[in-house]
Amino acid sequence: MEKLRRTMLFMPGNNPGMLQDAAILGADSIILDLEDAVSLTEKDSARILVREAIKTIDYSQVEVVVRVNPLDTEFGQPDVDMIARVKPDTLLIPKANEEEIKLVDKLLDKIEKEEGYPLGCIKIIALIETALGLENVYNVIQASSRTVGVLLGGEDLTADLGIERTKEGEEIFYARNKVATVCRALKVDAIDTPFTDTNDYEGLEKDTAKAKGLGLTGKSAINPRQIETIHFVFAPTEDELKRALRILDAMEEAEKEGKGCCSLDGKMIDAPVINRAACTVDQGIRLGLISGEGGAR
Amino acid sequence: MKTILGREIPDYIEGYGHVRPFQGAFSDVGVKTRTAVKLTSVIPNDQKVLSSLEDALDKLNITDGMTISFHHHLRNGDYVLNKVMERLAARGVKDLTVAASSIFPIHAPLVEHIESGVVTGLVANYISGPVAEAVSRGKLKKPAIMQTHGGRARAIESGELHIDVAFLAAPTADNYGNINGVYGDAACGSLGYAVADAEYADKTIAITDHLVPYPAYPIEISQVFIDYIVQIDSIGDPKGIVSGTTRITKDPVALIIAKRATEVIKASGLVREGMSFQTGAGGTSLAVAAELKKIMQHEGVAGSFASGGITGYLVEMLEEGLFRSLFDVQCFDLKAIESYRDNPAHQFMSASMYGNPHTKGAVVNNLDIMILGATEIDTDFNVNVTTGSNGVIMGGSGGHSDTAAGSKLAIVVTNLMKARLPIIKDKVITVTTPGDSIDVVVTERGIAVNPQRGDLLEKLKMTNLPLMTIGELKLLAEKITGVPKGVETSEKIVAVVEYRDGSVIDVVRKVSSVS
Repeated sequence: MEKLRRTMLFMPGNNPGMLQDAAILGADSIILDLEDAVSLTEKDSARILVREAIKTIDYSQVEVVVRVNPLDTEFGQPDVDMIARVKPDTLLIPKANEEEIKLVDKLLDKIEKEEGYPLGCIKIIALIETALGLENVYNVIQASSRTVGVLLGGEDLTADLGIERTKEGEEIFYARNKVATVCRALKVDAIDTPFTDTNDYEGLEKDTAKAKGLGLTGKSAINPRQIETIHFVFAPTEDELKRALRILDAMEEAEKEGKGCCSLDGKMIDAPVINRAACTVDQGIRLGLISGEGGAR
Repeated sequence: MKTILGREIPDYIEGYGHVRPFQGAFSDVGVKTRTAVKLTSVIPNDQKVLSSLEDALDKLNITDGMTISFHHHLRNGDYVLNKVMERLAARGVKDLTVAASSIFPIHAPLVEHIESGVVTGLVANYISGPVAEAVSRGKLKKPAIMQTHGGRARAIESGELHIDVAFLAAPTADNYGNINGVYGDAACGSLGYAVADAEYADKTIAITDHLVPYPAYPIEISQVFIDYIVQIDSIGDPKGIVSGTTRITKDPVALIIAKRATEVIKASGLVREGMSFQTGAGGTSLAVAAELKKIMQHEGVAGSFASGGITGYLVEMLEEGLFRSLFDVQCFDLKAIESYRDNPAHQFMSASMYGNPHTKGAVVNNLDIMILGATEIDTDFNVNVTTGSNGVIMGGSGGHSDTAAGSKLAIVVTNLMKARLPIIKDKVITVTTPGDSIDVVVTERGIAVNPQRGDLLEKLKMTNLPLMTIGELKLLAEKITGVPKGVETSEKIVAVVEYRDGSVIDVVRKVSSVS
């Protein structure tokens, strides 16, 4: 079963203490950051530190994502070259456009071959944070079969658009819609931009609910204390789970009786309803809220 | 000779005497006797207020070899111990034993008195800062005696620790010796640790900077125990006495530990109507209170009491109806002091009532859940809070062993690694609290249940909590940190660690690398 990416937690790649504890903070994915969190003078040492952390520390409980530097900087390709050799789960490519993704894909092909890793084992998440990248997001994802998701970078995107970034986030409404729709179409994860006020849990909950409501599948976090709130929003509620289970039961009954369609509580159950119920139950199983047999725990 | 925990200790320790080895948490119980108290009766028109500290020292006639005591309610803001010792040193008194309930960094001048032979003995429940280092270096002539909060009260009441003169720092006092800690510039709230000293010392003197007309109210320690009162300019620095507010930690790892600890509490079945709870003021400990609060609110449960050193956070829980009462032996912040002063449900508790094993029932006996810290834990669950990883004294039991012994569920919360060191060892450097008293160790990477608590283990198996054996937890840490080299010690004993019943649970030896 594919891993969930409800939360992707950014951790600075130059802080040994944080790298040591990154796996136990409860996030589904950790993003070990070599880009914005690391000053120019520490780029090389952070790269080595992250490499050694991946080699040494047990990260088996989480998805290890490394945000490399932009490929058009002097640090980008050396980052990919050193980090890919210790086989992180995924690379997060900043300022992503088609060319960058294609280039990384090629580099990874080469490294995987040299290291004897299965071809395609290192995945890519595209960080969409420019107007061009956003408009071209379909092609960005298609640029490599390694791409498993898109992370929307709201801060850089609004800067590129020359507009103000607000807590309410109306200015990224279109971007969220676009990313969510394309990702759903191409069946990859759509990860929302982080909520930057780390002490405003109510604001975080609202912002996360907004993203979930628009079809994003997870949210990045910049502080471990944000994880619980995000998970809370993305978890199906008990009522949602119960209803989804009833829908699947009703469908099963109908199939046994040879009926083409069925109804529940007087309402017609059609394919979209069934698909949604199946998704909800699947998530409930993955989160351990219900057992594989469907019984509520 | 060996204790029941297998620690090698001598039968006789020079400067301490014959050793009664630790034989188990409740091996020394039954009929006990309190010592008789010698006192000088006061008749009408006798004046208790003396003009100066010098005048008081003349009257008290402190001679070589005596034991004088202090309480630690003014914590790292205490001026009284230093002022008294400075004058005694000037008078040429030698060979004193200082029985202070705790010693803090502010008491650094004591080191000089130790070096000059003014002070040759030290009895305390907790020692930190320069004095702790001096003791560890072997500068004190006799080994320091490290007690527990309940054990100190017991030792005083039984006569084992005889106090010639008790110096009581009094934030408020009247001219006949009624004392409280809730008013005055040096207000510290409860004076729970000073009670046994006041009641059992041969002579007791209140030192105050806030002399009020008779009678002072409220009365925490009464006039019947006080011989003299002396007013000085200032007894302490409020900044070192209490913190303004106590904040819940934001450290994500500490919060994870707290969350796990609370899940352990929940799974134990102890979150129920009438439950009782104690925790420290440290980051992780306080975070457990915050998590527990959520669960108590969610379950609609009201507890009977929270106890110990009280923080504003526990006061909030009292005010929100999550506990019916607080038992307060010392206040940690201003909010706790205010509540203690104004709310009758926020009750006084002496050290003896708190944890003395030789009473007709200490508060710790009624404690359901206790959250404890640790410097080191070993695979037998023994806990060290006395010495650091380098073998140097940096604390002491305080109420650690008392509450661990009394509570139904004693939980140690700790990071699995601190800095670059693993916390779980094969053998702790110093045993402060015996493993039998510890039920479970909660870390950010795993939870280990004491095998003696099979019932608890069964309950926790029903949860998703990451259960491991203590050995597995140790290996997990060592995989990251490696195995640290042991601390080499010399034969010289610098401190004797007494269990709450007065038996010797361990000794602290001089560390070879410390000169």
